[in-house]
Amino acid sequence: MNMQATDDYLLRVEDLATHFVTRASAVRAVDGVDFCVKRGEIVGLVGESGSGKTMVGLSLLGLIDPPGRIVAGKVIFEGRDLASLDESELRNLRGNRLAMIFQDPLTTLSPTLRVGRQMMNVIKAHRTISTAQARTQCRDALGILGIPSPDERLDAYPHQLSGGMRQRVCIAMAMLNAPSLIIADEPTTALDVTTQAQILKQVRKLRDETGTAFIWITHDLAVVSELAERILVMYAGQIVEAGRADLLLQNPCHPYTRGLLDSLPSRNRQARRLPQIPGTAARANAVAAGCKFRSRCSRATCACEVLPELRLNESRGGSVRCVHPISAFETTHTETVP
Amino acid sequence: MDRFQAVLASPGSVLAGGVIVLCVLAAIFAPLIAPQNPYDLAQLSLIDSESSPLSTGSTGMFFLFGTDDQGRDIFSAILYGLRLSLAVALFATVIAASLGVTVGLLSAYAGGRIEAVLMRIVDMQLSFPAVLIALMLIAALGSGVEKVILAIIGVQWASYARTARGAALVEREREYVEAARCLAYGKPRIMFLHILPNCLAPLSILATVEIGAAITIEATLSFLGVGLPITQPSLGLLIANGYPFMLSGKYWLSVFPGIVLMTLVIAVNVMGEVIREAFDPRDGE
Amino acid sequence: MAFLLRRLLQGITTLIVVSLLIFVGVFAIGNPVYVLVDPSSPPEVIQETIRNLGLDRPLYEQYLRFVIAALHGDFGTSYVHAQPSLLLIAHRLPATLELVVTSLCIAVTIGVPLGLVAGYWARSGLSRWISSLAVLGISVPTFWIGLVLIIVFALDLHLVPTGGRGQTVTLLGMQTSLLTIDGLRHLALPALTLSLFPTALIVRLTRAGIREHRRMDYVRFARAMGIARARILLQYMLRNILIPIVTILGLVFGTLIAFSVVTESIFSWPGMGKLIIDSIKVSDRPVIVAYLLFVVTLFLVVNLVVDMISAALDPRIRLARAE
Repeated sequence: MNMQATDDYLLRVEDLATHFVTRASAVRAVDGVDFCVKRGEIVGLVGESGSGKTMVGLSLLGLIDPPGRIVAGKVIFEGRDLASLDESELRNLRGNRLAMIFQDPLTTLSPTLRVGRQMMNVIKAHRTISTAQARTQCRDALGILGIPSPDERLDAYPHQLSGGMRQRVCIAMAMLNAPSLIIADEPTTALDVTTQAQILKQVRKLRDETGTAFIWITHDLAVVSELAERILVMYAGQIVEAGRADLLLQNPCHPYTRGLLDSLPSRNRQARRLPQIPGTAARANAVAAGCKFRSRCSRATCACEVLPELRLNESRGGSVRCVHPISAFETTHTETVP
Repeated sequence: MDRFQAVLASPGSVLAGGVIVLCVLAAIFAPLIAPQNPYDLAQLSLIDSESSPLSTGSTGMFFLFGTDDQGRDIFSAILYGLRLSLAVALFATVIAASLGVTVGLLSAYAGGRIEAVLMRIVDMQLSFPAVLIALMLIAALGSGVEKVILAIIGVQWASYARTARGAALVEREREYVEAARCLAYGKPRIMFLHILPNCLAPLSILATVEIGAAITIEATLSFLGVGLPITQPSLGLLIANGYPFMLSGKYWLSVFPGIVLMTLVIAVNVMGEVIREAFDPRDGE
Repeated sequence: MAFLLRRLLQGITTLIVVSLLIFVGVFAIGNPVYVLVDPSSPPEVIQETIRNLGLDRPLYEQYLRFVIAALHGDFGTSYVHAQPSLLLIAHRLPATLELVVTSLCIAVTIGVPLGLVAGYWARSGLSRWISSLAVLGISVPTFWIGLVLIIVFALDLHLVPTGGRGQTVTLLGMQTSLLTIDGLRHLALPALTLSLFPTALIVRLTRAGIREHRRMDYVRFARAMGIARARILLQYMLRNILIPIVTILGLVFGTLIAFSVVTESIFSWPGMGKLIIDSIKVSDRPVIVAYLLFVVTLFLVVNLVVDMISAALDPRIRLARAE
């Protein structure tokens, strides 16, 4: 991958590998992942369930529990390798310099503590400030997210808020200590479309105002197309394609990305059967060598028996992990993967 | 099959399993192993009463654990007592399980009012502690072997019913039940031949716990004097009989039966723990 | 309010059903007259005793008389002690309550911290030890533990007496032995014996709860926010775990009342338990019935209280009711 001056990059992930080893199996949830995130950039991490995208997020924060383990790689964040830090050093950074929010805000917040208390805990975990000041900051953070009557919300319990509001509270919590990176794992999947649109708008506004970078993990290409500036596509624990959002969506090079795009209802104008990628998503413990998408790909040849590397794609920019990437010509002249 | 390997591999299960097998064998072959039949008054000699462990009696018999106040060899008494305790517990468990599982499966499959009524009864019973219900039943029925068995059944069937119903409810939604229904199999057939085998996992875990509880309930009732009669002394009664002698230093009348009882129940419970951990999807934790 | 009424109604229904069961069971099976009268007595004496105790009336009439009397607080007179059975029980209630409540307190005070430790450092040696001890604790029959403790602490070490209740002091109209050294010495072994089972149970429940909740999203999120481990454990997890445990405490209380029967027998503790065992052995039906009904009512009341406490603790239920 082309590396520019190191200072430009907020986060640089090199060859990250996270494995889960149990009596029954050895799962390579993250199998050699490289990518970078610039300051203030919104990067979309796209993949189906089982692709390892959530595990990437958790690995960055060092939240992988046994039987999982980060077995290799570096996670260089603001100049430090997170993978080499111990728990207490990581704890200083979590919620402070980088943060993560999850999918279902109902289960993300403890049901027996008031919202305000949970928010203030985040501030007090990293700074010594009075309760009154902390509360003011929480109130302000809720205001920025567009939540009305913030004082009432602070005194409420999580189940008393609506789903959208809860997620906004979580985003506010993540922003409390002004982190430079927020990893969001499917935060809008559990919400209805209208709320989702509102939150996406607010996130963009947040980024514009504060310069916080986002890694937006999702399986929903529609969301990512609206929000992200760069997209990373994951399959079976590896990044199979990366590139600028608009270009990638227009001209997908990897057959899997192409398949994903083709199965989007919005893309198929005519009343036809939605094309589907044959087979099911490979579980990350498929030990077969070579390209992991091989068994579902109609373009596969014997050359695919060797695992391709992530290579720069000159025609479009970005990179792709494929021996037979789809060219721009093919994209415009075919409806589906041939 | 990997789960069975996990069970076998754990050191606790080997030890516990060994203890259980030992006790079962000892119980089955008690008449052959025991040097003396402690219920046969002709074999007893009062001269030998209250002999200490490892002593030899007037007839040349070796008393491994000593004798009680009637001259009974404690070791033989333990073997016969073990037999009784295990027989009662197993018998009661089998009936309680059959009854409970049938009720549970029935209510899961029938649904509606039947299910509501049955489960209401089960819930009501399960909200009371087992020993209390056992006492109530014994108070009503009196003491004796059959009454104790009935009491244990009365206490334990409800747990089986609830677990079986829960498991059956999950299974009811699965595709193979749908398929069987399409093939017009009768309800009882679907219930017992198809759903039941898939519910065996939680039921086996429950059974090990309940067997341990059955042994303990019987022993407790016998200890209190409201369980098995004196003519059929189970381990609980042996312990009770020996209690007054403890104060004068003759510990062996109570302690040895007690150790055997304790070891057996612990082994059964450890086995249950091991099985439960093996079936628990939390691997590697 | 509606919640409370519903539970009350449930409780009363259960009480009625149970009273019917007890009544039918105890009075219908076997002939209680032979307790007081020698079977070889002249028939006129037997007949008169039957008439005096009302045992010749039809069953339903006996039940109705029984219910009416019960509502007046009259549970019959003990065949054996010739005293009103309710009085007999009430007299011995404080001793049992003292034993049970002390045991419960010991169980919670020891069990919860141990369970927390065992659950948090789940794969450590300490945790395995605690777990094993807990399995032991629920396996070993109560009476056996009592015996062992007596052998060790009373007979060998002479630290505590072997039985009986110590010196008592009247507090709030009840006798309690908690305030005297002698009383405490006598209370120690029985309370410890009785507390073994609930302690082990609470350890297991707490440990299981911690293990289960560690994987939950709210814990993960709190960790992702950099909150200290101790705070997560105590302020986040413990609150969520304790709610179901508190609900269990009602059942535990009832179990302790039942097990206290055994403990009181071993330690000659003058409580209700010893009374009921003796009564069962001689078929003293009024006392048996009074005891069972009393214990069931006590149990239902405790359960109701526990339900209300746990509902109050869980903000989801508490606020839903208020709205």
